[in-house]
Amino acid sequence: MTDTRYLAPQTLDEAVGAFAAAAGAARILAGGTDLLVQMRAGLLRPGLIIDIKKIEEMTAIVEEPDGGFRVGAAVSGAALAEHPRFGQVWPGVLEAVNLIGSTQVQGRASPGGNLCNASPAGDSVPAMIAAGAVVTVQGPNGRRQMPVEAVPAGPGRTNLTPGEILVSFALPARPKGSGDAYLRMIPRTEMDIAVVGVGVSLTIQGGTVTAARVGLGAVAPTVLLVADAADALIGSKLDDAALEAAAAACRAACRPIDDKRGTIVYRTKVAGVLLKRTVAIAAERAGRA
Amino acid sequence: MNVISNKWIGQRTIRPDGADKVTGRAAYGADTVMPGMIWARVLRSPHAHARILRIDTSKAEALPGVKAVMTAKDVVEFPLDKSVMLGIQDMRWMCRNVMAREKALFHGHPVAAVAATTEAIAAEACALIEVEYEVLPWVIEIEDAIKPDAPILHDFIKLDGKPSNIAGKLEHKLGDVDAGFAQADVVIEREFKTRPVHQGYIESHACLVSVSPDGKATIWSSSQGQFMVRAMSAYLTGIPQSDIRAIPAEIGGGFGGKTIIYLEPLALILARKSGRPVKMIMSREEVFRASGPTSGSMSKVKIGATKDGKIVAAQGTFYLQAGALPGSPIRGAAGCAFAPYDIPNVHSLGFDVVSNRSKVAAYRAPGAPIGAYAVECVVDEIAEALKMDPLELRLKNAAKQGTKAAHGPVYPRIGFVETIEAALAHPHYKAPLGKHQGRGVASGFWFNAGGESSAQVNVTEDGNVVVTTGHPDIGGSRASTANITAELLGIDYKRVSVLIGDTATIGYSNLTGGSRVTFASAMVVTQSTEKVITTLRERAAKIWKIDPEAVTWDDGEARPAGDNAGKFPALTLAEIAAKASETGGPIGAGVQLNTAGAEGGFATHVCDVEVDLDLGIVRVLRYTSFQDVGRAIHPSYVEGQMQGGAAQGIGWALSEEYIYDKKGRVDNASFLDYRMPVCSDLPMLDTVIIEVPNPKHPQGVRGVGEVPLVPPLAAVSNAVYNALGRRFYSLPMSPPRVLEVLEGA
Repeated sequence: MTDTRYLAPQTLDEAVGAFAAAAGAARILAGGTDLLVQMRAGLLRPGLIIDIKKIEEMTAIVEEPDGGFRVGAAVSGAALAEHPRFGQVWPGVLEAVNLIGSTQVQGRASPGGNLCNASPAGDSVPAMIAAGAVVTVQGPNGRRQMPVEAVPAGPGRTNLTPGEILVSFALPARPKGSGDAYLRMIPRTEMDIAVVGVGVSLTIQGGTVTAARVGLGAVAPTVLLVADAADALIGSKLDDAALEAAAAACRAACRPIDDKRGTIVYRTKVAGVLLKRTVAIAAERAGRA
Repeated sequence: MNVISNKWIGQRTIRPDGADKVTGRAAYGADTVMPGMIWARVLRSPHAHARILRIDTSKAEALPGVKAVMTAKDVVEFPLDKSVMLGIQDMRWMCRNVMAREKALFHGHPVAAVAATTEAIAAEACALIEVEYEVLPWVIEIEDAIKPDAPILHDFIKLDGKPSNIAGKLEHKLGDVDAGFAQADVVIEREFKTRPVHQGYIESHACLVSVSPDGKATIWSSSQGQFMVRAMSAYLTGIPQSDIRAIPAEIGGGFGGKTIIYLEPLALILARKSGRPVKMIMSREEVFRASGPTSGSMSKVKIGATKDGKIVAAQGTFYLQAGALPGSPIRGAAGCAFAPYDIPNVHSLGFDVVSNRSKVAAYRAPGAPIGAYAVECVVDEIAEALKMDPLELRLKNAAKQGTKAAHGPVYPRIGFVETIEAALAHPHYKAPLGKHQGRGVASGFWFNAGGESSAQVNVTEDGNVVVTTGHPDIGGSRASTANITAELLGIDYKRVSVLIGDTATIGYSNLTGGSRVTFASAMVVTQSTEKVITTLRERAAKIWKIDPEAVTWDDGEARPAGDNAGKFPALTLAEIAAKASETGGPIGAGVQLNTAGAEGGFATHVCDVEVDLDLGIVRVLRYTSFQDVGRAIHPSYVEGQMQGGAAQGIGWALSEEYIYDKKGRVDNASFLDYRMPVCSDLPMLDTVIIEVPNPKHPQGVRGVGEVPLVPPLAAVSNAVYNALGRRFYSLPMSPPRVLEVLEGA
């Protein structure tokens, strides 16, 4: 039996130092809603757990002077929901983050953990990708930025290098006429895992889409940025042809598996259906913004 | 005592166990601890089917912290050629189910168990046990198991002289079906499939067992029958029943799944070996892999009717999965399938099929939902073919008093017609439907059961009442018992405490199952209370020095029967209790009965659904159950049963199923991927209680708990048809399957 040590550093430098020194035997604990479950199931037995919730930057939600947001990697879904402004600016990201687990789990679960758990079905990731979020990571060699979609490498794997810790998400300022949304297909109404998840962010000027991003989850080894779907929407007035082209792009991007949660045929079809439904919500929100 | 004043019977009193349950004080199976207690874990087969050639436990035994190890050689063996029955369970199969003997018969089948000072050490020791297997070909699904070249699970099971996976057959015949079909203007024959579904109790199996140095054992566990726990543990360990005390914990759901045991004999053997109290708790994954579920099925049903809507012949063949050892509920499927209808010619046939899956356990009206699903879908098609309202067709053919059922009985007064009439008259049945919405109806029957029950009613010295029964309370039976006792004694409900005795403190009582507990315990409690009332009258007579016949018991007090009896101020229960010592001693009475007269229960359900055509999602929008309950002793818990059964049936119809991987292992052994409905998946499930009193019961009670799971599968299925114009002949109607059928349209 090996013991597990627990460390709760106050600074990021300390956390990075301990994480790098543990050389792979350590795991980062944000909310723990994946890590602790995996440990209890006997899938993981880390020698060291580094709790990052005591580090101020990790739990801060900052509205930048330019209107953008910086969200600490360990911010809980519940804390994000209580922020007076975040949900007004990024309703789609918020609804996606708030879909992680039950109400109780929301008190702990974080977008940083959801991203680093690297499940293709993580709910917050398609919405973050659609939002164009950029993450800051810090490791033994300092800080760097990368787009959210560059973080997942495959189921359970990220492109973070050894010793690197995800610090925060930066979401850009929103031009007027912007809106975002996230929808997922689950067989139940809650307490479930996405069979397909779609995040859409749109900016509409004078009835024409001027900017769009589409994130697609649970249909490939990683959550995807579907540029072709966005391109089909940009410049359009969201007419049926544009929507169908974007849906087709989503279907084409799918590389799903047949498993207990859904078939290839089903997931592929649903990706297109959800794209259209998510665009409709994002567009409605853009019209109000 | 057939006159009911209705002061407490029918009231929604606060359940005696309520405060403990909502404050967390209630002790469930896993909540008991003892000094010196150790933990046991089970080593389970990694193969779906394998001969066990050798088990070496020496490395596990040598691990520090390990206190005892056991295998099948520690369990009493029941030879294959001689049946030893305990209720419906055969000890030949039970001894092989709790611990694999000659062969591991399913992935997850227990092969050995270890008790150690911690659960982690026990788990580590399990991994040190060396088992040499000869891996055998395996078979999971019915259609594969009944093929001529299928891998055979048990060589000793023979059909027509040859080894077979068909372990049993049951047949009901009434009239002449061929002649019946010849009279029919419309004949419809269809084939159906359902998947195995788990009972889904929230509390997993758990127990604590302590064995004293003189060999006397105490078992604390959550089950649907402490006497079943005692008897099965005795059979499987060889300890006399008198040396085993089984104490029932509060039960966090059973639905039939806790009418057999898994852990208790193992913990008992390990406790005996180690001399330490042994605790075992199944993980959710173990519950899914190795307990329950109910059968998956393959059925064929043919029904013929004349053009005026009279059903003249019905034929059904039902293949049910037993799991790895014989004993699927073919009686429920073949027996209940046509039971709601007055059909002159019936042939109903059930086959018990073994395959390499966990042995099935009872699940709420075992087998009946499977039979009703097929029959009620075909009845719907007959109604459509005849352009008749589906409820009117059912009404026209409904069984009533005097109807001879194919499974045997001639019905006494039953309330099936009333359930259909209530559904027809209900606003739900006439409410408008929107786009992609549909309405379906279905009916159902369950036998219900009587059987052995014991009760003791004692008057305390301060004039209150303690009632002890022998049934774990799974659906509010303590509240019902208190209502009845308060009613009969004419005292406030709060003055009655109801407890569940253990096997040493109350007489034998059969399982909490078969929808029997409120029916049977009401009988023994009524008779016990009547004896107490007789005693109370005698004591008053003694105090007044008059004849006991001249004393009446009214409104909680003894009164002189009339002016001739003499003029005495009434004596309350408390006043008589206070003088108990001087008038003859303690006041109390116990009654033990093998109860009879539990007549069948009937229900009719109406279900509205909406289908998302692009995603294939079926949502239930509105659901109303109409059920003849005889008499609702406590309406809230009657409604709770009706709602619970409907919810489970909706899950069975739409989302629940066992999924196996390519190696014969359950691939969705968790509540995440075994999709039971959650609260937000369901609308408020409406209930309409219909009371046609059972003439054979003092309060008119009929069993309530199981009928509600019989109609929903077909009610949902018929509603989906009504919404889409496409029929499904296989469950669950999960989103990928719905889309597949729609795309194929």
